[in-house]
Amino acid sequence: MRAMVYRGPYRVRVEEKPMPRIEHPNDAIVRVELAAICGSDLHLYHGLMPDTRVGHTFGHEFVGTVEEVGPSVESLQRGDRVMVPFNIFCGSCYFCARGLYSNCHNVNPNATAVGGIYGYSHTSGGYDGGQAEFVRVPFADVGPSRIPDGIADEDALLMTDALATGYFGAQLGDIGEGDTVVVFGAGPVGLFAARSSWLMGAGRVIVVDHLDYRLAKARDFAHAETVSFAEVDDIVVTLKRMTGSLGADVAIDAVGAEADGNLLQHVTAAKLKLQGGSPVALNWAIDSVRKGGTISVMGAYGPIFSAVKFGDAMNKGLTLRMNQTPVKRQWPRLFEHIAHGYLTPSDIITHRVPLEHIAEAYHMFSAKLDDCIKPVIVPSAA
Amino acid sequence: MPSSPYTADRPAPERSPEELRRDIPGWGADLDPADRPAVPRERFAPDATGAHWEYPEEQLVDGYRERSIEHARLTPVFGTSVPLKGLSGVVRRLAYERFSEARAAHWLLLVLGDRIDAIESYAASFARGTPDPLLAESGVRAELGRHGLRSRLGRRRADSAHAWMDPLLVAAPWLLAGTAAVVVVTRLVRRH
Repeated sequence: MRAMVYRGPYRVRVEEKPMPRIEHPNDAIVRVELAAICGSDLHLYHGLMPDTRVGHTFGHEFVGTVEEVGPSVESLQRGDRVMVPFNIFCGSCYFCARGLYSNCHNVNPNATAVGGIYGYSHTSGGYDGGQAEFVRVPFADVGPSRIPDGIADEDALLMTDALATGYFGAQLGDIGEGDTVVVFGAGPVGLFAARSSWLMGAGRVIVVDHLDYRLAKARDFAHAETVSFAEVDDIVVTLKRMTGSLGADVAIDAVGAEADGNLLQHVTAAKLKLQGGSPVALNWAIDSVRKGGTISVMGAYGPIFSAVKFGDAMNKGLTLRMNQTPVKRQWPRLFEHIAHGYLTPSDIITHRVPLEHIAEAYHMFSAKLDDCIKPVIVPSAA
Repeated sequence: MPSSPYTADRPAPERSPEELRRDIPGWGADLDPADRPAVPRERFAPDATGAHWEYPEEQLVDGYRERSIEHARLTPVFGTSVPLKGLSGVVRRLAYERFSEARAAHWLLLVLGDRIDAIESYAASFARGTPDPLLAESGVRAELGRHGLRSRLGRRRADSAHAWMDPLLVAAPWLLAGTAAVVVVTRLVRRH
């Protein structure tokens, strides 16, 4: 089969790989129809995530058709069209039993702190991902769901991570009626977090980024006020002024490990890999939210230490909430929101690229070319 | 008279709930925390996951499978994307067998293994007579087809502050390590 493979930092290509096979009785093999590149894939692409091996196939956002099922699979059969959450989870461990699917303890031998994620290095379990023609899907009775009638394939694709994560991020903000919410990052997760904040009853939503085309999308798609941190002297002071010196009630970090805006942090983390991530957005969140406020962290960081301003967080009495999203838990409510037209996920897709052009797609997404917000990969396209 | 936060009142909202409901599709649909799927954080519902086992059947182990020493056992299911191999495999195996996830050495060795892996893999492709096409793999052709100049010129992008030095920074550790290796080898050769 044809699959994207990692060749080293800043290098990927498509090559022929063996077909995935049933390795466990509850496995399924899925023929991928649509996949996406996630902002967090760029951390792998840039060599920031430890134990990312040459030959690994990325991709944790995909939908497709069941090609084959293992002998113990009861809920799916060949031909079913499925959406697959980015989490791999068993459904029966201590954490899954409590709904913490992203923290499953039975799928990742490489780390206890990290759950299982498709195509996200061996630190996340060593599973090949969906930027390929076929993919192995463990625990087929637990993770995937048939795509419901009325849900478009591209909407289903975005529900496998970006939409679910943005929506989850707004929930972790514990938003109350009339709250002011600041979202750092106008990428897919930030856009969905901003849009979801209104569903929770926010009175005001402000989105911060430095890319003008993404801020325009935040105004248009997420009905948000916007600020470019590249055009103000001090983004924390600007946000304080915008909120009457009080600060926002809630801040959402939708940037993560490669945040820009502080040269020292960016260079030491994103380029020299001396930190698990560049916590610029997180530190801005800590400093700009009001005392007693809440910070929701959706941005992905590596497992190495990062220079986070915990002193300010402690002195301000902040609540910091975070997790990888337990995706499948979000789906029933998200189906309702999409049906009502409250959320329109595929509106953020900007590029549809054949698998064979994936190296260019990664560079375009990484370098923020061509006003790219969300690139979708089509394995079957010539 | 100063205002909030120097006084007790919360700043007055710019828009009323009625205005927000009118302006924003779905405003307040999840106002009640009971409607939020992530609330409460933990909900004990083992029968709702689709799992029809108390503990999953165990995937067969084919050869050595590294695991964190914080795990009491190999997990019943695991990925088999790229087994350990070569010098990078030795370094990664050391990281897993010697150091817990709590130790910086664990992660730094894994990062070192990643860099060795990249060099080993390139050397292997070179030895096979089919060296990796570095330019094609970098995807830089997108600079032409995807408006590289127009995406940057005349725009206030924060990354333009360091764009010029990015290639140097990415290459610097390699250049420093290479230089150090040459110096060490040269001195050793001179001594003998």
